[in-house]
Amino acid sequence: MSELVIQASELTRTFGDFTAVDRISFDVKAGEVFGFLGANGAGKTTAMRMLIGLLNPTSGTARVAGHDIYTESEAIKRSIGYMSQRFSLYEDLTPRENIRLYGGIYGLTLAQIRDRTDVMLKRLGLTQVAGQAVRSLPLGWRQKLAFSVALVHQPRIVFLDEPTSGVDPITRRQFWELIYEAASNGTTVLVTTHYMDEAEYCDRISIMVAGRIAAIGAPADLKREHGVASIDELFVGLARPEVPSSP
Amino acid sequence: MTALGGLLRKEWFHIRRDRRTATVLVALPVVQVLLFGYAIRTDVNDVRLAVVDPAPNSVTLTIRNRFAAAGVFRIVAVVPRAEDLDPLLQSGAAQQAIVFGHDFAADLGRGEPAQLLVITDATEPNTGSLLQTYAEAVIQGYERETMVGRPGPFGPGRTISIIPQVRLRFNPTRESSNLFVPGLMAFVLTIISSLMTAISLTREKETGTMEALLVSPLRPWEIIVGKVTPYLAVGFISMIAVLVEARLVFRVPLRGSVLLLLLEGALFILVSLALGLLISARTSSQRLAMLGALLGTMLPNVLLSGFIFPLESMPAPLQWISYVIPGRWFVTIARGIMLKGIGLGYVWRETLYLAAMAVVLLAASVRSFHERLE
Repeated sequence: MSELVIQASELTRTFGDFTAVDRISFDVKAGEVFGFLGANGAGKTTAMRMLIGLLNPTSGTARVAGHDIYTESEAIKRSIGYMSQRFSLYEDLTPRENIRLYGGIYGLTLAQIRDRTDVMLKRLGLTQVAGQAVRSLPLGWRQKLAFSVALVHQPRIVFLDEPTSGVDPITRRQFWELIYEAASNGTTVLVTTHYMDEAEYCDRISIMVAGRIAAIGAPADLKREHGVASIDELFVGLARPEVPSSP
Repeated sequence: MTALGGLLRKEWFHIRRDRRTATVLVALPVVQVLLFGYAIRTDVNDVRLAVVDPAPNSVTLTIRNRFAAAGVFRIVAVVPRAEDLDPLLQSGAAQQAIVFGHDFAADLGRGEPAQLLVITDATEPNTGSLLQTYAEAVIQGYERETMVGRPGPFGPGRTISIIPQVRLRFNPTRESSNLFVPGLMAFVLTIISSLMTAISLTREKETGTMEALLVSPLRPWEIIVGKVTPYLAVGFISMIAVLVEARLVFRVPLRGSVLLLLLEGALFILVSLALGLLISARTSSQRLAMLGALLGTMLPNVLLSGFIFPLESMPAPLQWISYVIPGRWFVTIARGIMLKGIGLGYVWRETLYLAAMAVVLLAASVRSFHERLE
């Protein structure tokens, strides 16, 4: 469990005069559920985009799944899965067609795709609607399908960018069950969120404020160190330093 | 009242702060008026005239000078034999020709009616008719002047009679559909290639699927080829459909090589696709992409390609702009192949322009695709 699958060191990204991510360093161990917390604009999405190769860093280094993000982005892309805030499924295709498309993109054989499609649809309870356009499915179902599709090639790490924004509490909880299931199968999960209750579900979290990591560690340790009752309280204290956090 | 005032202010801010829309709102009417005002002109000037004069003498020279002095014609070639005309007309170096017979002056001298052949390129039917009328007016002017007694080679007051024989080349019945179909082909291909490519790529950006593709092991060129090839195929099929329809319904001639026409069409589709890619790389929403494709490719391809309005009668600046409009070259090529039956030997220059555009635009669009990752 001690293998480091993500190692970021002094990672920085600027847009003109604005520093979106300011020299962040952190490690993620294999099999961990690692939460990236922060307000909107704190830099969590930018940090994630640098790690998955959608954005070049301005400076700093990082290794993902043992590969350098500057020189080995191809190898990284093969070993990660990604699900954005906007689902990344084709809404006019059926679940079956979406799975087949992404399976093909990640180089699975047709036989592999067929097997995994059946398993996936059965587990998600989507077998009945496998031939309907994704557009016609309820939001929660679409989201679970998108998550499973991001895992179709069994990546070592899966990056989830605010996967639960705009979803009702029950669906959110079901979604987190899927995340735990993936983690128990050995997949490392890096998830951004601004729901503080979700932070409690993570093995470790980092709280980003204005592009920097203001706190990092296991939720229980952080609460103890800062003497707060909840992550929510800790977050508000870090994000607004002029307001003293209540003991 | 203040509530309405606030509403008005807010809307004004919307317009002012959305620079692109503001530019469109201001620039569009200005450009449209310019284009329509100048482009839709039915008069013709700077007509390229060729003269066949097997036996030059003072009579034929006088008539030639009258053409040159009419202000509309520019004599581009004087050749001795009628056979030399064909390449001039086919290449478009000459739009019209007057052919003197060997005995033209002698016939007039004997007081007999002399025959003068006027050949006009009628690929563009309206222009063709107009040229015909201009030429006949010049000839009639000469007749009249000789009659009213200005000193001439036949002495004052002589009645002479020149019978102009009219021949329309390439499109003898002046069918406008003949002119129309090559342009329409360019139009249809632009819609499918530029518009559909731009829209479908920006749709992937909007829905987030583009990110999923970019994060995948697919290389950028694979994504581009994957997105573009289906539209290339659709464009090709619809070009064939337009050609078949033109042939069966409008009986538009197809005198040249069909293979060459299809290859040139594929080249034009490629240019349009590259434009669509470029537009989608620079825009973030389907709405903007559609606007960009309409203003950037469809309007110019309709207005400045010679599809509807003859380029010859446009002012020089518009003609210069037309050099970078792919439709201009494709329409010229397609008309040449279909109506004049010419081969690559006559359209290599236009083909080269299109090929250069394809290379530059494809390189630029692949580049801007890479830049998005920065």
